[in-house]
Amino acid sequence: MIKKTVANVQEACEGIADGMTFMLGGFGLCGIPENIISELVRKNIQNVTCISNNAGVDDFGLGLLLKKHQIKKMISSYVGENAEFERQMLSGEMEVELIPQGTLAQRCEAARSGIPAFFTPAGYGTEVAEGKETREFHGKMHIMEKAFEADFSFVKAWKGDEAGNLIFKGTARNFNPAMCGAGKITVAEVEELVPAGELDPNQVHIPGIFIQRIFQGEKYEKRIEQLTVRKRN
Amino acid sequence: MALSKEQIAQRIAKEVKDGYYVNLGIGIPTLVANFVQNDINVEFQSENGILGMGPFPFEGDEDPDLINAGKQTITALPGASFFDSAMSFGMIRGQHVDLTILGAMEVSQNGDIANWKIPGKMVKGMGGAMDLVASAENIIVAMMHTNREGESKLLKNCSLPLTGVKCVKKIVTNLAVLEIIDGKFHLLERAPGVSVEEIQKATEGDLVVKGEIIEIKF
Repeated sequence: MIKKTVANVQEACEGIADGMTFMLGGFGLCGIPENIISELVRKNIQNVTCISNNAGVDDFGLGLLLKKHQIKKMISSYVGENAEFERQMLSGEMEVELIPQGTLAQRCEAARSGIPAFFTPAGYGTEVAEGKETREFHGKMHIMEKAFEADFSFVKAWKGDEAGNLIFKGTARNFNPAMCGAGKITVAEVEELVPAGELDPNQVHIPGIFIQRIFQGEKYEKRIEQLTVRKRN
Repeated sequence: MALSKEQIAQRIAKEVKDGYYVNLGIGIPTLVANFVQNDINVEFQSENGILGMGPFPFEGDEDPDLINAGKQTITALPGASFFDSAMSFGMIRGQHVDLTILGAMEVSQNGDIANWKIPGKMVKGMGGAMDLVASAENIIVAMMHTNREGESKLLKNCSLPLTGVKCVKKIVTNLAVLEIIDGKFHLLERAPGVSVEEIQKATEGDLVVKGEIIEIKF
């Protein structure tokens, strides 16, 4: 067994520097690496490019980095629900590249899998296609999209073991698996870290080979963005 | 009378057939789930990674790790499954999802759709909409026939940045049910008490009216 555990979030984030590109898992506030985001804020890393489906809300998730003007560029598919984001984007303080959600996921997976580029129909005929190579397959037009290049992938899982194997829960899985192994170094934070042998190999979602560092997060707030419930009769 | 948002959803629900996997967008499309007949089997996909999405949880049962693409807390029905975003869009691009229902700001008569950006005003992003409209065989747009200024949303050409080209086949608005055939809007049904002339007036694009236009039934 090759051990991937590190003691804490500080050790997990060793080597991060200004100007780097980070991938961060999560959909909205669901399944985001909360402890790592706090560390990025604490270390005040500057001029970072973030690849993340969303940009958090004003006072949580990536919104915390936004507030401190740490983000130079965001690559996302949907950035509503964040007033500060909209302000920095419209004023030109921050660069924003909006891309289709499936393309975002596939560009992560391609980076992980050694596929430099691929063709997708998403965005053909729109401004997303501007400057990109197009090609027809089976009578339909596609655009060429490239794999991401990132210095670090930061992901969050439900359970993990010392070997870096990961299991996700519910829809907190989202972009996390595709980002594992997609950056030069993948750091996973988990709610529960167990010794090797305790996870059933049949149930592992992401094998430890894609993970370089794993640690148990100190605490999880798991904020709900849109609480919607039914009344009990 | 023009249809309410609930009635638009109710009419669209009639297009949902037994055995369909369906992706519902945010807004009116989300309401469609409430009107699907009880005697058919349908599974709802939410692109953030669930098939077999159920209703909102009971108060106190909400789980922050279980949300839909609108970031609302939801439940999972028996037979549900979870998966990651890459697989989710594999399902969508691979045309395994039978029906996509989404909202729009504008639709053109050749089936172009715009729903993600108003330059200089509103920039929220396309989310999964571009992947959905580029791949789905069966797309229904749910929207109001005109915008807040009373201007038609069914146009000759879209004025806003496009989400996809030549992809919309059917549109259900508060005034009518329309189909796009050979670059024109074809009027199929009209809202109860709404005249063909009123629909014509609210439609900027070319509108084809053939024979008797029946009223929408629920």
